[in-house]
Amino acid sequence: MELYNGERPSVFRLLGKYMRKGLYSILTQGPIPTHIAFILDGNRRFAKKHKLPEGGGHKAGFLALLNVLTYCYELGVKYATIYAFSIDNFRRKPHEVQYVMDLMLEKIEGMIMEESIINAYDICVRFVGNLKLLSEPVKTAADKIMRATANNSKCVLLIAVCYTSTDEIVHAVEESSELNSNEVCNNQELEEANATGSSTVIQTENMESYSGIKLVDLEKNTYINPYPDVLIRTSGETRLSNYLLWQTTNCILYSPYALWPEIGLRHVVWSVINFQRHYSYLEKHKEYLK
Amino acid sequence: MDLKPGAGGQRVNRFVDPFAQISYHFLQFLWRTLHLLVSLWYLQVSMVQMIEGFLISSGLVKRYGALDIDKVRYLAIVVDSEEAYQISKVIQLLKWVEDMGVKHLCLYDSKGVLKTNKKTIMESLNNAMPFEEAVEKDVLLDQKQMTVEFASSSDGKEAITRAANVLFMKYLKYAKTGVGKEEPCFTEDQMDEALKAIGYKGPEPDLLLIYGPVRCHLGFSPWRLRYTEMVHMGPLRYMNLGSLKKAIHRFTTVQQNYGT
Repeated sequence: MELYNGERPSVFRLLGKYMRKGLYSILTQGPIPTHIAFILDGNRRFAKKHKLPEGGGHKAGFLALLNVLTYCYELGVKYATIYAFSIDNFRRKPHEVQYVMDLMLEKIEGMIMEESIINAYDICVRFVGNLKLLSEPVKTAADKIMRATANNSKCVLLIAVCYTSTDEIVHAVEESSELNSNEVCNNQELEEANATGSSTVIQTENMESYSGIKLVDLEKNTYINPYPDVLIRTSGETRLSNYLLWQTTNCILYSPYALWPEIGLRHVVWSVINFQRHYSYLEKHKEYLK
Repeated sequence: MDLKPGAGGQRVNRFVDPFAQISYHFLQFLWRTLHLLVSLWYLQVSMVQMIEGFLISSGLVKRYGALDIDKVRYLAIVVDSEEAYQISKVIQLLKWVEDMGVKHLCLYDSKGVLKTNKKTIMESLNNAMPFEEAVEKDVLLDQKQMTVEFASSSDGKEAITRAANVLFMKYLKYAKTGVGKEEPCFTEDQMDEALKAIGYKGPEPDLLLIYGPVRCHLGFSPWRLRYTEMVHMGPLRYMNLGSLKKAIHRFTTVQQNYGT
């Protein structure tokens, strides 16, 4: 399975494909992660390192992304999530933000075009995040590809745009509040809250005792499910930058030094090997937290 | 480390296809050999790190001599709950942290083992104060004592759920009076305020050190990890002062752009 990137397969690519198959047949003797998440860090540093024109790093990063997704889906990883654009990234220079939006639009439209093999490979594409912040053309194109691939089920590609974890948690609280507002216990509890509170101060004593929203409600209303088993952040950075903070309780965090356009099969394989090494430990921890 | 075979390792009916049976065993052999080689690699990495840690502790590596500890305004330490029972090791670690001049520390393990042993731990430290007491007495900015906060998994997602209910009640109150909007609409600042209102006033750590078998934050409060640097220190039983100094030194050289 090779994601279309506009190039005709060569002998070397076919040879590489069969060698990968051999490697996968060994790796699949152990558990394979269901979901791998990626933070695509290092595109600008790659461009600077190789003296590329502006945007060259992001273009190289896109090719690396296609390769990595190929490796994941060949290995049997069902879900892949990529952190394409953070709400914090809107604070970058306007022309840089515009470039990324234009690149996203170009690639989404490429996926929609006739030659696209997304449906042939049964990949469901989902954009997650605060999509109201996207410009209209990008939002329209994203909606179109999501509708076109909604029935695909073999693999799922989650693209986090206009996303931060804290925004996601607040969104989950809002959704849970709306759902629970129909299940308010009785007027008496509400009258108590009205009687003791002013219009601006939160009265914690009375309000804390009402437990309408449960943890399971918040978990159901996060943007990204199921939770990732492995999170790979390139460029050697060791922080999550407000990404998947809720979902990474039992997730292996892997930070290779390679810049995102330099990521390769060896990084994906190494992350899977480490997942297998610690699988029992993390499963036990998940059971404890249930 | 306990290797478990996956879906590809399921046994085939040996009476039906001998070739499949042979290839299964051969692949299993290759898989276990691969993991043995990886384990040997990690063993040599640990030995190198222990030697390096010893050299740093002895002061032979001058680079780690002077640490700009003021850059670590709030340090968090996550300990695997099984390893957290080694209270003497935890106390030794905290004494190193205290001697290095760290002023605010959060100790976390998911099962709350460290919370249970809070009294023992605090009594062993020379000049430390519980975080709640420091907040009550409003001496958080006092640089004379190290404040220590104890946290567990109930202070993470469950605390956020409790704060969510505070916001939900506020929404219900406004919905009843007709003053508020129809759909609930909250902000991150309101979430911050709700968490503080129910007693969760701990700030976001600058650096989080993970002592355990895996580089995983094990449920540390998601609301407090946005830009926290996370460093895996290995199992608690192999901790050493040199590795701690190296991790803190590395942190002081990190530059963040916060998404810009």
